[in-house]
Amino acid sequence: MDDLYRELILDHYKNPRMRGTLDPHDISYEDDNPLCGDHLRIDLRVDAQGRISEAAFSGEGCAISQASADLLTESIVGKSLEDVRKLGKEDILEMLGIELSPVRLKCALLSLKVLKAGAYGLAAAKDLD
Amino acid sequence: MNPRAATPVLLDWQGIREQFPILDQEVRPGVRLVYLDSAATSQKPEAVIEAMNRFYRKTNANIHRGVHHLAEEATAEYEQARMRVAAFIGAEQPQEIVFTRNTTESINLVMQTWGRANLHSGDTILLTVMEHHSNIVPWQMLASERGLQLEFVPVTEEGRLDLPSMERLLEEKRPALVAVTQMSNVLGTINPVEEIVRRAHQVGALVLVDGAQSVPHMAVNVRSLEADFLAFSGHKMCGPTGIGVLYGKRALLEAMPPFLGGGDMIRRVRLREFEANEVPHKFEAGTPAIAEAIGLKAAIDFLDGIGMDAIQSHEQEIAAYALDRLSEVPGLRVYGPPAAERGGVASFSMKSAHPHDIAQVLDRYGVAVRAGHHCAMPLHERYGLAATTRASFYLYNTRAEVDLLVEALGKVLELFA
Repeated sequence: MDDLYRELILDHYKNPRMRGTLDPHDISYEDDNPLCGDHLRIDLRVDAQGRISEAAFSGEGCAISQASADLLTESIVGKSLEDVRKLGKEDILEMLGIELSPVRLKCALLSLKVLKAGAYGLAAAKDLD
Repeated sequence: MNPRAATPVLLDWQGIREQFPILDQEVRPGVRLVYLDSAATSQKPEAVIEAMNRFYRKTNANIHRGVHHLAEEATAEYEQARMRVAAFIGAEQPQEIVFTRNTTESINLVMQTWGRANLHSGDTILLTVMEHHSNIVPWQMLASERGLQLEFVPVTEEGRLDLPSMERLLEEKRPALVAVTQMSNVLGTINPVEEIVRRAHQVGALVLVDGAQSVPHMAVNVRSLEADFLAFSGHKMCGPTGIGVLYGKRALLEAMPPFLGGGDMIRRVRLREFEANEVPHKFEAGTPAIAEAIGLKAAIDFLDGIGMDAIQSHEQEIAAYALDRLSEVPGLRVYGPPAAERGGVASFSMKSAHPHDIAQVLDRYGVAVRAGHHCAMPLHERYGLAATTRASFYLYNTRAEVDLLVEALGKVLELFA
């Protein structure tokens, strides 16, 4: 149908691979976008070498925010926390493969904001606001 | 609904719609605009656009102080706009009409002047859960500043004010001020303001009515309502942005201290003191939105030319049709009372899709709606929602557009259900 709701996004929205919570977990952080009600929590397990061994997300919200969370958490398994630090807006957009208006961009970036805030504390996530 | 029987007149709604040039467009190739977001801002008829352009082409000058021809013309037009507004809402005199920037500014004006001068620690302000943020936040600010109590009339599941609760709150809390919306911008609920004012006055409270959504869509008479203050915006009633109105009973305005300080609101200025001007100029500091006031007058002339009762009737018919058709969509819930008790606003949720996604898909088909909390977060919280999708109708909308809305919602289901 539409650029925005391509197969990829609808698929990850309707059939998420990474939905759930980790118990125990090493890192867990949640945040929301109160303007529209997107809410996300990301749990991570990190091995002794600082690599993400497991990731999961939970929450609710629009297709863009949830698909973005599913794709992002899927892509970071096996990556180091250092790699996560380097992720930016461009990576999310490339991952989703679509153009977004400023309003919907916030939906897409919520997962990255939560991930970075969890991995590095609030300072790293500030420039995504 | 206005009890006056409407004279059956066959109005040319299509002809009326054609006076709005912006509606005749494709938002993308082959996709015509279906504008269902008038509660956010209304579209403007040619007459309003032309009135403002004409002012800038022929009459523009600063007002109130000039002696030259243009200045006199401009002043006359500005003050005629004020008189037109007074007549439109049934105010006794034009001195009771203060031009502001919008409803929000009007309410803040009351808070900062009447509020600060009259409310003291321990006083109560009664609001409702369905209020727009502009009729909540200023009172929160004042409450913080002065140690006031804020109480809220609850909203029932059907989206009406819980009147027995309001009665209890009026009796028990004896508020100094009741601030209430005449028509909810989310639920469409039309509140029984005349009755609320009567009861509020009996317990010694003043009443501020938020008319942002009502004044554009139904006949409002401040003397019938006996409202102490009424606030509304030009841009929601076919007028330009940047102009709003605060109506206040003359005695109240006379007693209130000035709002913003500067030129025009003074009678005299010395180095260390000033004398405020008379009402309403006391509350209009600096050069106002002159062209916009003239645009508002043109908007009122346009609306009156059709008749507010006719407009309300037309809208309620469209809303009734919309509610009916929306009830066919599986998993869709519209919030608020039945069509006969509401204005042309329909906010809804769908089981299968989030408001942002609904609005995005609808946009693909040219249907413009709004997704979010509509500046009414407490109301959304009451229903356990973060956001809803809102379709709002005005005099230029048609049943065919409702059909297009429902068709597009079908596409949402196809994608997400």
